[in-house]
Amino acid sequence: MENIRNFCIIAHIDHGKSTLADRLLEYTNTISKRDMQAQVLDDMDLEKERGITIKSHAIQMDYELNGKKYVLNLIDTPGHVDFSYEVSRSIAACEGALLIVDAAQGIQAQTISNLYLALGNDLEIIPILNKIDLPSAEPEAVKDQIVELLGCKREEIIAASGKTGLGVHDILEAIVARVPAPKGDPKAPLQALIFDSVYNSFRGIIAYFKIVNGTIKKGEKVKFLATGKEYNADEIGVLRLKQEPRNEVKTGDVGYIISGIKDAREVKVGDTITTVLNPCEKGIQGFEDVKPMVFAGIYPVDTDDFEELRYSMEKLQLNDASLTWEPEASAALGFGFRCGFLGMLHMEIIQERLEREFNMTVITTVPNVSYFAYTTKGVKLTVNNPSDLPDANFLEKVEEPYIRAQIITKSEFTGAIMSLCIGKRGILTNQVYLTTDRVELMFEMPLGEIVFDFYDKLKTISKGYASFDYQPLEYRASHLVKLDILLNSEPVDALSALIHRDNAHSFGKKICEKLKELIPRQQFEIPIQAAIGAKIISRETIRALRKDVTAKCYGGDISRKRKLLEKQKEGKKRMRSVGNVEIPQSAFMAVLKLD
Amino acid sequence: MPGIYIHIPFCKQACHYCDFHFSTSLQNKKPFLSALEKEILLQKNFFEKESSGIINTIYFGGGTPSLLSYDELAVIFETLNKCFTISSTAEITLEANPDDLNSAKVKELAGSPINRLSIGIQSFYEDDLKWMNRAHTSEQAISSVKGAQDKGIENITIDLIYGIPTLDNTKWKNNLQKAFELSVPHISAYCLTVEPRTALAYMIKKKKVLNINEQQSIEHFTILVDEMKQQDFAQYEISNFCKNEQYSKHNSNYWKGESYLGLGPSAHSFDGKNRQWNISNNALYINSLANNKIQFEREELSEKQRYNEYILTSLRTIWGTSLNHIKQVFGENYVQHCLKEAQIYFSNLDLMEEENKLLLTDKGKLIADKIASDLFII
Repeated sequence: MENIRNFCIIAHIDHGKSTLADRLLEYTNTISKRDMQAQVLDDMDLEKERGITIKSHAIQMDYELNGKKYVLNLIDTPGHVDFSYEVSRSIAACEGALLIVDAAQGIQAQTISNLYLALGNDLEIIPILNKIDLPSAEPEAVKDQIVELLGCKREEIIAASGKTGLGVHDILEAIVARVPAPKGDPKAPLQALIFDSVYNSFRGIIAYFKIVNGTIKKGEKVKFLATGKEYNADEIGVLRLKQEPRNEVKTGDVGYIISGIKDAREVKVGDTITTVLNPCEKGIQGFEDVKPMVFAGIYPVDTDDFEELRYSMEKLQLNDASLTWEPEASAALGFGFRCGFLGMLHMEIIQERLEREFNMTVITTVPNVSYFAYTTKGVKLTVNNPSDLPDANFLEKVEEPYIRAQIITKSEFTGAIMSLCIGKRGILTNQVYLTTDRVELMFEMPLGEIVFDFYDKLKTISKGYASFDYQPLEYRASHLVKLDILLNSEPVDALSALIHRDNAHSFGKKICEKLKELIPRQQFEIPIQAAIGAKIISRETIRALRKDVTAKCYGGDISRKRKLLEKQKEGKKRMRSVGNVEIPQSAFMAVLKLD
Repeated sequence: MPGIYIHIPFCKQACHYCDFHFSTSLQNKKPFLSALEKEILLQKNFFEKESSGIINTIYFGGGTPSLLSYDELAVIFETLNKCFTISSTAEITLEANPDDLNSAKVKELAGSPINRLSIGIQSFYEDDLKWMNRAHTSEQAISSVKGAQDKGIENITIDLIYGIPTLDNTKWKNNLQKAFELSVPHISAYCLTVEPRTALAYMIKKKKVLNINEQQSIEHFTILVDEMKQQDFAQYEISNFCKNEQYSKHNSNYWKGESYLGLGPSAHSFDGKNRQWNISNNALYINSLANNKIQFEREELSEKQRYNEYILTSLRTIWGTSLNHIKQVFGENYVQHCLKEAQIYFSNLDLMEEENKLLLTDKGKLIADKIASDLFII
């Protein structure tokens, strides 16, 4: 056990975590240079394209230092605020963390919140100043930030470059020297912590675990504590670049188990594995149940695809435990699912994965948060869908979740960011200068305002420099009203949203305008109305399409015209008829693109 | 029934609405003609796979082909005859602007192999012509046609444009009336379209001229269809009308999916499966042919794309979209798809089925593109 080191990497998005991880694999000969493709650990296409890590992964490396052999388990973690839950799982399985900070960009909000998570789990932190080869690197200034944040010594910070490989040996040595070996009792009953799971179409669900106490042996009968289910440990092993079966995995090590599980819901991340013969008394502490923050309906564009969508969602859930869903019916869209997401990026990713991996074209409805509604009879209801809000006559009050938002930015953007947050009903609670030109702003604001277009706007006004993180606060009563959208006089429930009373009029006007832009003209006139209850607060009209014919269609026109009309047809495949109005997929997300 | 299209990429002045490829500088005319000659030689085997390689139609389009002199035309025909077998009854059309058709020019043309003229009249009103930046006068519009007829060229088509803001319904009716009075067997009437990157698009954007009024265009179209019917002109394609089946053979071939060879910059060719188009730049066209190379882009059409093109072109014609043809060439699945997508248009009376053919109703003709797109397969 004393030669095992379990560590994770904490880094802000784009600070070079994946590249540095690749270098570690290369320097420990876990992977040959020939097999090296950029960002080995990010094996989903989507991850490579977006340059971000969505799923966490684990990989084992061998390392020899001063004649002693070590086993290093790297647990890779996602770097986006939406996925802090997955980060927390990885962290709990480790004894140490590499804190990677970009030498040009400095410490970001995300880095800080994950760092606190790691410190809270008593992880040994190894600060690394990455990308020091960049011309814009400011190593001394950023070192100051790190020293101030961690209270560490300057010389403890390792200068590195994932690109050139500088500092990689120092990092490996520091992992061995500074990260403590896992503690645990090899003789105690088995306690293994599930920190992730993946779905394999041939083997079923593969759970990744870290053994806290005891040993797991191949063929043993094991029990998952939270679900109470028992399985045979058909195959266990360690996570090299590929899975390598073993006869046993010992205390402190990280491994995988295949036990013929088909249903994702049986593998609960955070659950404890023990043996049936000699079970442990309690599960391992320190895990939270995943809590969705953003809700939206997902519907098939073609109503016939409902069952296929259900199947796809089930498959998706197999390797994304943070996705929750339940069937729901919409008057406008028929049968679909109300899904809970960790955040907006998570929602986008799910939609994209459904399209790419399952070839499902879906409609995502206006996202919202989870509200509490109190009826006049004193009943408290959880409202995850604006349509479920009780009628105003029976409604006592509505509460919405608040968050503490933490924004770190260059000081020149402070004014613009403040107006943005105040416009989103934020209340400034604190303002701290981290350095002369970096400021940390704290706001309390409704989470519901974040789900709309907050990220994009923040990025735009800060020219991409502001970083943002949040922690949930309590629910607070708000004057929220349900804003309905009517197309051709028919309410489209999928476009309803709960909006603060003061913003409802301008919001209604903007969304009508946006919908007019996004819904193509059809052969009849389509009124678009925004309404609160029976009161219409805004109206736009889409004129009827009465003429759509090319004047000239000769030898030189045919190809161009065909391509144009094919594109039109492609667009139509992504439309959904509600009543007799054809609505493009994009229109349902219109509220996210209001200016 | 293979045809040859020759693009003459020069104009004396630019019409505001035009997005065809042309240059208003004539200095490259001579080098262009040498390049064209080379291109004809290089393409002489284009139709070798055809069962009959005999050329049935030749069409000089542009630009302004009437800028070519008799001698220049003669050289082109000489080269064409060297490389291709041209039917003795071939339809040979030349697009001409009224201002070029003086009596000397018409006399020359009458003595050439050209046997059909397409005259770009557009309107008989000065203010309309000015609005479009046409080079001719209303008087020339009439005299050009009469002059050609006097010299024995009877096979004439004239182009008219409707939907322009200066043209009200009465003026449009009068334009049609004047066209009928000229006793031409064929009329093409085009709804003004604002193409991107034209002077017109720019002027509309800058609010220097009024934008196209959809309602007005629809009214003009309705007037057009009615008047043509009264005069026994058949609307054999959305924008093309003729008497006594005097269809444009060359253009009809485009809509029937026949092969054609396009020569000159920006010209498109089609061999039944592949389409290619020459570079839309006079200088580059000339330079590459100086090195005996034709610069073009090419696409091979998939089965679906060929079906889509068949829908797009056939639906616009009096011959309609033949379900038998679809079945034979593309298979039963395509027929089923086509009929399924057509249902809504049958019930809206935009489309009708007659003798196993899909035909647009007058109402449906206004939304021909939308219907075609819906019948597409992707």
